[in-house]
Amino acid sequence: MPETIDVLNAITLLANFVLLPALSYGSQLALGALGVTLIFGILRFANFAHGDTMAFGTMIAILITWWFQSLGLSLGPLPTALLALPFAILATAIVVIIFDKTVFSFYRRQKSPPVMLAIASVGVMFMMNAIVRFIIGPDDQRFADGEKFIIKAREFKTMTGLNEGLAIKSTTVLTVVITLIVVTALFWFLQRSRTGKAMRAFSDNEDLALLSGINPERIVLVTWIIAAALATIAGVLYGLDKSFKPFTYFQMLLPIFAAAIVGGIGQPIGAVVGGYVIAFSELSITYAYKKFLKYLLPEGSEPEGLAQLLSTDYKFAVSFIILVVVLLVRPTGIFRGRVL
Amino acid sequence: MSNTIRATFAFTVMAALLLLVGFYQSWNVALTILNLCLISAVMSLGVNIQWGYAGLFNAGVMAFTALGGLAAVLVSVNPVGEAWSAGGLGMLLSAFIVMAGIAIIVLLRRWLAAGPLRKLCTAMVVIAALVLLRSHYYDAVQSIEAVNPAKTGFLGGLGMPILFSWVIGGVFAAAVAWLIGTVALGLRADYLAIATLGISEIVIAVIKNEDWLARGVKNVSGLSRPVPYEYQLQNSEWFISLVQRFGESKLALLSDTARPAALQQMVIEGSSVFVKLCYSALFAAMLLLILWLCGRALNSPWGRMMRAIRDNEEAASAMGKDVTRRHLQVFVLGCAVLGIAGAMLTTLDGQFTPGTYQPLRYTFLIWVMVIVGGSGNNLGAVLGGFLIWFVWIEAEPASLFVMQFLTSHLDDASAWRTHLIDSAPHLRLFLMGLVLLLVLRFSPRGILPEQVRRS
Repeated sequence: MPETIDVLNAITLLANFVLLPALSYGSQLALGALGVTLIFGILRFANFAHGDTMAFGTMIAILITWWFQSLGLSLGPLPTALLALPFAILATAIVVIIFDKTVFSFYRRQKSPPVMLAIASVGVMFMMNAIVRFIIGPDDQRFADGEKFIIKAREFKTMTGLNEGLAIKSTTVLTVVITLIVVTALFWFLQRSRTGKAMRAFSDNEDLALLSGINPERIVLVTWIIAAALATIAGVLYGLDKSFKPFTYFQMLLPIFAAAIVGGIGQPIGAVVGGYVIAFSELSITYAYKKFLKYLLPEGSEPEGLAQLLSTDYKFAVSFIILVVVLLVRPTGIFRGRVL
Repeated sequence: MSNTIRATFAFTVMAALLLLVGFYQSWNVALTILNLCLISAVMSLGVNIQWGYAGLFNAGVMAFTALGGLAAVLVSVNPVGEAWSAGGLGMLLSAFIVMAGIAIIVLLRRWLAAGPLRKLCTAMVVIAALVLLRSHYYDAVQSIEAVNPAKTGFLGGLGMPILFSWVIGGVFAAAVAWLIGTVALGLRADYLAIATLGISEIVIAVIKNEDWLARGVKNVSGLSRPVPYEYQLQNSEWFISLVQRFGESKLALLSDTARPAALQQMVIEGSSVFVKLCYSALFAAMLLLILWLCGRALNSPWGRMMRAIRDNEEAASAMGKDVTRRHLQVFVLGCAVLGIAGAMLTTLDGQFTPGTYQPLRYTFLIWVMVIVGGSGNNLGAVLGGFLIWFVWIEAEPASLFVMQFLTSHLDDASAWRTHLIDSAPHLRLFLMGLVLLLVLRFSPRGILPEQVRRS
């Protein structure tokens, strides 16, 4: 049997390199997937422009952050971007509503098949992508300020006397806390408020909802505002945690879709669970367990290789593989979303 | 306006645009654009087969073009003997293990009734195969990649002329499409799009990371050519005399001393134009062949059945048509065309660079071509390929020019002006989105709409 200290070391190692990163990445995916799933539930199409909506919102947040920084505004230990967030959400909401009025509302009135709306969203994706690249450029931008760490690896080591350090980034905690607040607020809104109930009714059965006097335009408007807010928050949190690059945000589209489908598309709770499922599998499948096993296994029996299930190069492919497997095995997703 | 007149007019305008580039920019540029226009047209024909005939939203175009490119490498590059002797056996053994595993699973599924026992057996076979693979495959990969990694480090190809790869590329893409199709078809249209988009990223990830196959992101360059090299032309008698005959009037104006230098310059320019023309002829032949086949298919009973399935799946299946099988068939066919186009593209580039395959350029741009050109109409798809590629290329200098004009009142050194001018190339993405949305909104059937015949 391994000693207690070794077990603790192994757990710390795993927490530092798998659990914490997956928790924050999963939260970001969950927020993104919530937006996709809401649009799918209410407007009934897969929005290919969601990744670029995230990029747009984040770009606005970055620009306002820079402006605030030049004015000397700050939140102390918290990143200034949080202060910019409400303005960014507002701007993003306005832009997506403009796109809805000019592009999507036409196909809704025509009762076009969903695939037409999806193709139209490809057009919107092109335009959003161009706007972002035009304004802020295609390069990497870092905009995180304030305290970087809550606990540094070395502090943790001296505190606990363990071999392994556990670094807790402030962005990780921030991401998790904000996600918790946003998700709770959203669920409260959907379950309790009048508009939220109307939205759920509309998503369940459009005709019945219309008959009972629900105003569809209002529902659609609220959906876009919520989706824009979720996209912006997810984008800003991801950008604070890693960095902002338009192309990365475009690529986020796929893990987000994967999260929404794995959880069960059209099901908000599914999007949240799906986000964490994708993030945890991405990180745990590509993590090299050699050191972890060294702590746990008796001496001399540790594995020769890295003990890695899949090379890190395929990190990005993991979410798609999960997506494909889910589509094959249980196409409605974990929480029984819409029939495909 | 009847459809024929419309098509003639549209293609005349297209030709005039290319000629304009030839006269005002240079013939080299015009031919470069033309070659890629031809390849784009083949690609959009492939997407048109899937979307226009059958209504399948394939968002994995990128993967099939890349597979075609991979075929170009695997066909034309000479085999690396050392790598084969180092790891070839291990690689063949791994391939054998994979195939044996699949065969056993297929047999198991046939012999055992569905239930926990079958699941357990399948899982055990999978795990056993993976354990066996691990020992052979990784050793083989390492020994192959260790062979002169700066230059080879891969198994190489068959050393055949690169033109064969156009067929092989189609076969590669069709095989992978068959796999994907059996998995993903039957999903609702926009799910199919997401699934294919995801799978295409997996395919690219594999090509990028499996260095033993085609060097991954280290690229394979210097592929053999189906047309002569420029330096060969510049040194051959017949070509120089050909150039002389073409440039007689110009050369006659020059003095005797200046003539050889001018001729030399003309030969250099001419050789590059000649090479591009050769490519154009090859690509045009391929395009016409595929276009002819597509036309035959679309006007046959098969094409009528496809349209019937597209327009009303339930009615078609009630008439006894096997919708899923027909979808699979048309998906595989379309992907084969995409694979051919991919092989053509790599042939033209002379190198295979997996890192450059991006969904915006290789998937969504092709979609814009099909929708703008006219989905369901073969000529429309070809026109879309030409027009959108032309706009995609020419929008860059045009937006730069417009931006320079708009900012001309600003100070040269002003940060605004440099930013605006630097960012101008991104405007073409905006233009593409705008064109797509406008066509979709105001002329959803495209420039050359599908002909609907009513009896």
